[in-house]
This record gives sequence, C-alpha cells and structure tokens, in this order.
Amino acid sequence: MPELSPTAARRPTNLAERPEHSPDSPLSVHAMTVAYHRKPVLWDVDYDAPPNRLIAIVGPNGAGKSTLIKGCLGLVPRSSGQVEFWGRPHGEARSRLGYVPQRESVDWDFPVSALDVVCMGRYRRIGWCRPVSRKHKRASLDALDRVGMADLAKRQISQLSGGQQQRVFLARALAQEAELYFMDEPFAGVDAATERAIVDVLRDLRAAGRTVIAVHHDLQTVPEYFDDVILLNMRVVASGPVAEVFTQENLHQTYGGRLTLLAEAAEAVARAASGERAP
Amino acid sequence: MIDAGPSLVETLTFRAGFNTSLVVAGTTLLGLAAGVVGVFAMLRKRALMADALSHATLPGIAAAFLAASWLGAEGRSMPVLLAGAVFTGVLGVLAIQAILRYTRLHEDAAIGIVLSVFFGVGVVGLSYIQANRADGSAGIDAFIYGQAASMQPSDVRLMAGIAIFGVLATALLLKEFTLVAFNDAFARVTGWPVSLIDLLMMALVVLVTVAGIQAVGLILVVALLIIPSVAARFWTERIWLLVLLAGVFGAASGYLGAVISSMLPRKPAGAVIVLTAGGVFALSLIAAPARGVIAASFRRLGLRLRIASDHLLEAAFERGDHLLSRAAVDDLATVRGWSTPFRVLLLFRLRLAGFVAGSTKAGVSVSPAGLARGQRVSRNHALWEQYLISDADIAPSHVDWSVDQVEHVLSDELIARLEARLAERGISVPAPAGHSS
Repeated sequence: MPELSPTAARRPTNLAERPEHSPDSPLSVHAMTVAYHRKPVLWDVDYDAPPNRLIAIVGPNGAGKSTLIKGCLGLVPRSSGQVEFWGRPHGEARSRLGYVPQRESVDWDFPVSALDVVCMGRYRRIGWCRPVSRKHKRASLDALDRVGMADLAKRQISQLSGGQQQRVFLARALAQEAELYFMDEPFAGVDAATERAIVDVLRDLRAAGRTVIAVHHDLQTVPEYFDDVILLNMRVVASGPVAEVFTQENLHQTYGGRLTLLAEAAEAVARAASGERAP
Repeated sequence: MIDAGPSLVETLTFRAGFNTSLVVAGTTLLGLAAGVVGVFAMLRKRALMADALSHATLPGIAAAFLAASWLGAEGRSMPVLLAGAVFTGVLGVLAIQAILRYTRLHEDAAIGIVLSVFFGVGVVGLSYIQANRADGSAGIDAFIYGQAASMQPSDVRLMAGIAIFGVLATALLLKEFTLVAFNDAFARVTGWPVSLIDLLMMALVVLVTVAGIQAVGLILVVALLIIPSVAARFWTERIWLLVLLAGVFGAASGYLGAVISSMLPRKPAGAVIVLTAGGVFALSLIAAPARGVIAASFRRLGLRLRIASDHLLEAAFERGDHLLSRAAVDDLATVRGWSTPFRVLLLFRLRLAGFVAGSTKAGVSVSPAGLARGQRVSRNHALWEQYLISDADIAPSHVDWSVDQVEHVLSDELIARLEARLAERGISVPAPAGHSS
C-alpha cells in the first residue's frame, strides 16, 4: 500500500467524529464498501459532494468508478456504509435523482423510438397504468431538443449512431428534471458533435443550480469540462476542486505506474495549472 | 378425409360440430393470450425461463394427482392438477433465480439444470402413478403432449377469461413492462418496483403456460409464447404494434392449427398449432419488409452499390479525367471484385443518380456531379487515413469511411489540423466547390 495521501489521512476514522450530514450536500457517502463475489471493488469510500458543481470520477480501469455510482443509487448491494442525499435516505430523494447509465448496458435493438425512451424519464410522474399525455410528450421533446435531436424523435433507437444514443439517454435524464445527476461514462465513444452537445448540457445544468457526478475516462478534458474531481482507485485517493486535487502526485497515486497515462496526465495537469479553460 | 367428416370450410366457420368448434375456439383464445404475453418474455429475454417453467409443471401435476387420490378426492380434477402445475412451475423459476443469485453459474446452465431435473422428477412420478394407481389415471400423461380434443366448455371459458385478463393486463401495464424490459436499472433508480413488475410479467406467463398445457402440452406450450412475438418482431419497430401483431399471429396459429389438425387422424392439435406458428415465423423471416431476409439482402446490395460507386467516382476524380476508359473500369472491377452483373447494376445506379452521363465502348463518362462526389470521397478517405495515423488514439471509434462529410463527425479544428498534416506530406485535399460545410 502506498502512503495515505493528506486528504485520506485527514479522514476521521471514528464514525461518531463525523460532522452531521449537511442538508446542503446533495450526496454524502460514508464508509461505503462494495464487493462482488468476495472481491472488494470499493473500500471504505467517504465522500461529500459540494452542491452545484460538475464533478468527475476519474481512475484506472477496474477502480470501481461505475460501482461508486451504482452503489450510491442502490443498483449494487453495499457490503457496508451509508449513502444520503441532502441528508435524507435514498427513498426520500428518488424523484430528485437523474441517471444516465452506460450506453452498452441496454439492448438498443428494442422496438421503441428515441422519443419513447426519453418519455421513460417522465414515467414516475405519470404513474401506474396511465398513458403518456401530451404534456409529458412535449416535455420529452423539449429534452430531445436540448441535446439537438428533436428531428430524430421518431427514429427507431437501433438506427441511431452511438453518439445519438448517448444523447437520447442524456435527454431522458433531462426529462426527469432532477437536481443531482449521475452519469456513467457519458463521453465514451461519442463523436465531436455529441461531445459538444453534452458539454453544453452540463454547463446549462450547472447554470440552473444542478449537480452532476460523471464517470470520466479522458484525463485530458477533466480540467476543461469539470469543476471537481474524485480520484478513485478502490478507495478515494483524493477529492475536491480540480485546481487543488488534480495534481501529478495524486494522479500518480491513483494510477500507480501506468506510464503512458501519466504522460497524458502530465500534459493535462500542466494545462490545468496554466488556467486554460474553455469559454 | 376418409371418414367424410366435416369439410374444411365448415371447420373454419365453426360449423363442424360442437366438439371441434370448442377446440378451435379454445386454441384460438390460447394463442391470442400466449402471443400477447410472450412479447415481454421475449423482450425481457426470459423465453428460455418460460420453457423451464413449463417443464417444471410436470412434477406438480403428478404430485397433485397423488395427493388428491390419497385424500380420497377425484385425482383427475382439473383445478387440482393445475394448482399443482402452478406450484412446481413457480418453484422451478424460483430455483433458477436462487441458483443465479447464490452461485456463479450462468443463466443457461441454471435453466438447463432446473428444466431437466424437474421434468425428470415428473416423469418418475407419472410412471409411479401408472404402475400403482392405474385406475383413474388414464390420460394424465396427456399433459406432456397435450390433448386439445378433450377440451370441455369450462376449459374454453377459462381460456377466454385468461385471454381477456392477459390482454387487459398487458394493455394497462404496457408502459411499465416496456420500461423494465428495456432498462431495469433506470426503472429501479426512478423508483419503480422492478421485482414486482417482473413478478407480474412472470405471473402472466405462468397463467398462459398452465392454461396451455392441457391443449398443447407442456413440451410445446413455450413455442406459443415465443414464436408469435419473434415473428411479429420482423414486421414492426413499435411496441404496441408488436403486441397487437403477436396476439394476431398467436390467435391465427391456434385457429388454423386446430382446424388443420381436426382433419388429421388422431388430431395432434398441439404439434400442428406449433407448426402453424412456425410457418408464420418462416414467412415473416423471409418476407417481412422491416427486418426480413429479403429486405435485408436488398439493403446489403444497396450498401455494396454505394461503396462501389464511391470507389469508381474516386478513381475518376484521381485520374483527373471525366472519361474513365474501359480498361480502367476493368481494372477496378478486378481489384474490387465486381462481377459482371454487379457492374451492370452499378452503372445503372450511377446513371440514375446523375453521376455518370453515359457509357460507350470507349468507357464511362462521369458527369461534373460525379466528379465532385469523387472529390469529396477522395478527401474524406485522405482525412480518415491521416486521422488514423495521427489522432486515432483519441477515439478510433469515430472512424467511419462511409460518411458523406467527415466534417459532421470530426470538429472543424481537428479537420484543419489533419489538412495541415496532409499538406506537410504534399497531399492537398480541397473540398469540392459548393459542398463545403
């Protein structure tokens, strides 16, 4: 084990010493451990998300990035630990949570249109056994429009490109009108147009006071796209504002000796330090 | 028809006598219910689970018979036997879930184990009954292959009830079923009780399966659940239409199958119904316009033609001559592997699109529009090549040789960089006039 980073060392080990969960923090994770078949994937994760920020979860393959999101949302069983949203349990906060799953997690050869999928974001509001009313259809169309896909609303989903499918998932999350969004690799394998559309939507969400937590695999764009970063490798190596946390040393701890990635990271860190941000 | 029974038309129009009409009505209703309910078994990828379920009903039937006769009741009472069938059928599904949850076996293995073991137990039970309690056990093995001819008016009423219930429940819960079948994780996050919805879907499957084992038999009943929805999938991309078509295909199979089998000796209704459904499936597979094999091969041919015409126009542009000589076209055909009929088709398509003005003995005369198209294709290919050399480590998945304009996939900034790199290598790829993005 490498030496604990300063952030990790500061962590109080006694549960009773923890400050009371702030109702301002959209997400508080305490001592979360998740294991698949005896092998732990996340170990003793503590994290408090600041409100109204775009937060990237970054780490090597198998670091548990997706599992962190799934553990928070109750999609994988937690071996231990607690998760609270605005200081409340999951059950009371469901309607305020938006979710963009990994694109590969569903079978896109499914007999529904892009608009049908986006409408799924409204189903909970619509309720059991009731058809999708015109009002909800319009809200879903608006969401599709925000990701630049209004003209493809009627298209069957298997006939969309990968980037368009990703935008449909994003639109579905927008249609949820949530306050805290979890996104699992929203930028994975998308084209330039989709990447721009997603970045625009993320900035709109921040401007509207929302919080976004996204698994991100491209170190180079972290400083440009995100405000905060969680460096994860089974445990939280460091977390906080990009300018403070996204450092060479922390990345080295997160990625270990993966040299090619470190070269890439060095470039990204240099850019973060020089304050280069997209307009 | 050796025995000069009712004619085909009479059977088709429910005038072939009470018993035959009863069977036809019963299997039609069963087919309707199974078709509708089967859609979500298929979409949720639970088709094989339904097969295990139907096989797992056999020990329940045997046990119910034994229990009832030990208690001194009529062993062959249908409600008792069906209750037993439901019990072990559900037990079988639960056993699969338990194996999946507590071991690292995959679903196919779990289903295989449960299906065969439960069925084996059932077969042992049946042989015990036939050896020791021959009195009153006649026909109990009919559940394996089905015996539609023994259908009573009460059975038809039951089928009608199940069909109405299945159709109504599916119509009411279409939205919920679709959501869970498409993306259960999202359903769970947004607060839907996924397990309950899954349970409802499975309950409908159990209902139809148990209703169907008397008529079609427990080995074949799964076919009625799966085949209509799979056949309907070839015709449509819309969920409600899929449900509707699957219901129609199921009902038609039940109806036609029962009618045809009534003409055959020993009336093997179950098998004939399934074969009829198989015929509907084969027809859909071949002829359906949306996803059928014929339509798909036309689409493939279309794609091949598009790629071939891009190659031809690119060659014309790169030679800098609107007249592509016969020898040059021959060369292209050899290199690209175009057969003579394909060449004829290709030239026809190019003329139709206005890319080729005419073709003579001397060669093919490419129109200005064709040359512009060739220029764009040539530019796209050069840009993609440069992208693969210099930038593919960013995202190789972006590469798409067939796109009309690279500019739609890559950012303008990146294109400018690629053009600069190409210029360094002495390659210039201007966009054709009037086509710039």
